Amino acid sequence: MLSPAILIPAIINGLLIGAIYALIALGLTLIYGVLHIINFAHGALLSAALFAAFFAFRLLGLDPYVSVFLLAPAFFTLGYVLQRFIIGPASHGDDRNMLLVTLGLAVIIENALLYAFRADTRTIDVPYAFQTINLGFTFLAVPRVVGFCAVFAVAFALWVIMTFTDTGRAIRAVAKEKLGAQLAGIDVAHVYAVTFGLGTACVAIAACLLIPTYYVNPRVGDAFVLVAFTIVVLGGMGSVPGALVGALLIGVAESLSGLFLGESLGQIGIFLIFIVVLLVRPSGLFGARA
Amino acid sequence: MDTDPLLAVSDLHAGYGETEVLHGVDLAVGKGEIVAVLGSNGVGKSTLNRTISGVLRAKRGSIRFAGHAIEQEKPPKIVMRGLIHVPEGRCVFPNLSVRDNLDLGSYRRARDHRQQNRDGVFGIFPRLAERQSQSAGSLSGGEQQMLAIGRGLMAEPILLILDEPSLGLSPLLVEELFALIQRINQQGIALLLVEQNVVQSLEVAHRAYILENGSVVLNGASDQLRSDPNLKRAYLGL
Ligand SMILES: Nc1ncnc2c1ncn2[C@@H]1O[C@H](COP(=O)(O)OP(=O)(O)O)[C@@H](O)[C@H]1O
Ligand SMILES: [Mg+2]
Repeated sequence: MLSPAILIPAIINGLLIGAIYALIALGLTLIYGVLHIINFAHGALLSAALFAAFFAFRLLGLDPYVSVFLLAPAFFTLGYVLQRFIIGPASHGDDRNMLLVTLGLAVIIENALLYAFRADTRTIDVPYAFQTINLGFTFLAVPRVVGFCAVFAVAFALWVIMTFTDTGRAIRAVAKEKLGAQLAGIDVAHVYAVTFGLGTACVAIAACLLIPTYYVNPRVGDAFVLVAFTIVVLGGMGSVPGALVGALLIGVAESLSGLFLGESLGQIGIFLIFIVVLLVRPSGLFGARA
Repeated sequence: MDTDPLLAVSDLHAGYGETEVLHGVDLAVGKGEIVAVLGSNGVGKSTLNRTISGVLRAKRGSIRFAGHAIEQEKPPKIVMRGLIHVPEGRCVFPNLSVRDNLDLGSYRRARDHRQQNRDGVFGIFPRLAERQSQSAGSLSGGEQQMLAIGRGLMAEPILLILDEPSLGLSPLLVEELFALIQRINQQGIALLLVEQNVVQSLEVAHRAYILENGSVVLNGASDQLRSDPNLKRAYLGL
């Protein structure tokens, strides 16, 4: 059972699954790092994005790998507008209220989806869904490889934005020093909204990468976000490298415990890793020590 | 119009929530002038600065800057007008490099001159040039103060508000700081210098206001204030 011929493919598969988790966790940790709130609407937005990708395919005939180029900017805008015109103003200047507003938003989005589409589960059929790449010792599912590469492309793009643009610098500045940022002329409400938009765009990209092999229903986002939240805590709240490394670790843990304990118990590995890491490093893998 | 002061604050009331901290402050800064605001801890100096720079909303009264009423404007707009506030406690971005901190000083204003102004700041503070890729959080208190002032200069200020820049600096650095303030002023930049360091502030400032419990209790030319018996007794320990 421990032969490398079984272990190595399981690890590779875990890394490929982890990449999608990484994207969802990236959005969550970005929002946490800057706005200092847990975005409870993240799961509902993921469900909404999966529906958007689904209908882009069904109604417009757009392959998810094409519609991602429309849905990412659309969801960026949606996130921007939600934060700028709903979450921000409804918080009346107290950032802690934003958390409650996102919770309310989650309820509204999920129920709107339930009302519109019922609890039915839907899938799409794309020709490459079951295509594989033969590595000699194992086969890799094409959609997962595409997902993995896309996630790292997104992470790289985010790194470029954060490092080399004024918007990125302003986001990092607001995260740690709000008053200093205001006095430098940075519009904090705008930066919050851009950050929320980026987090929501991550979710839309994740949806387009998931839908070829996954299904959609109004609640499907929550399961992913629970894992993503675990990753964010594991990696260190607000840490982008932490989210990436944490997600890959969690992906591998899920895959290996699926191998040893059976598919249905796969997620136990996630929580075992989670508990062990937090016992050893309470601030997470990349978290600043208190 | 040209005889108007650069900054004119009149009957300014401000505070936090229900609590009023400033009870009708009148104050003016002329073009190219150094004006000191002096007073002990907790009298409302920083509250005055925050209200001028728009971080805190005025409850009553007016603030005019370069001919515009700015009391309803938000900080980005006020920064764009050239009124730059270097806050108490520096508020540098600890997670950003020294260079990125400076660059964000020109986020809203003078962006086209970023490189040239950055070189200028490095000329004034060679220490910052040496440490430009280090994170600002790793700098000493004195270096962070230099960085905060440098970040302010990046916006090509017309009026620079410095809130207790000498706080926590060694006597030698304080000496350098006051020399620097005069140098900045010689470039034509007006300064509103908020300090508890009364003696040295009165040496560099043209005029000064003494604040007590949210009101101006005394103001005038620095020379005149230096010999004021009340001021001597209360602040100079004479
Ligand atoms: N953010 C705040 N919230 C509530 N009260 C404050 C705040 N900042 C300052 N104060 C109060 O306002 C008064 C004036 O403070 P401040 O303007 O900081 O004085 P100074 O700068 O002259 O030391 C003090 O009584 C202080 O406790
Ligand atoms: Mg103060």
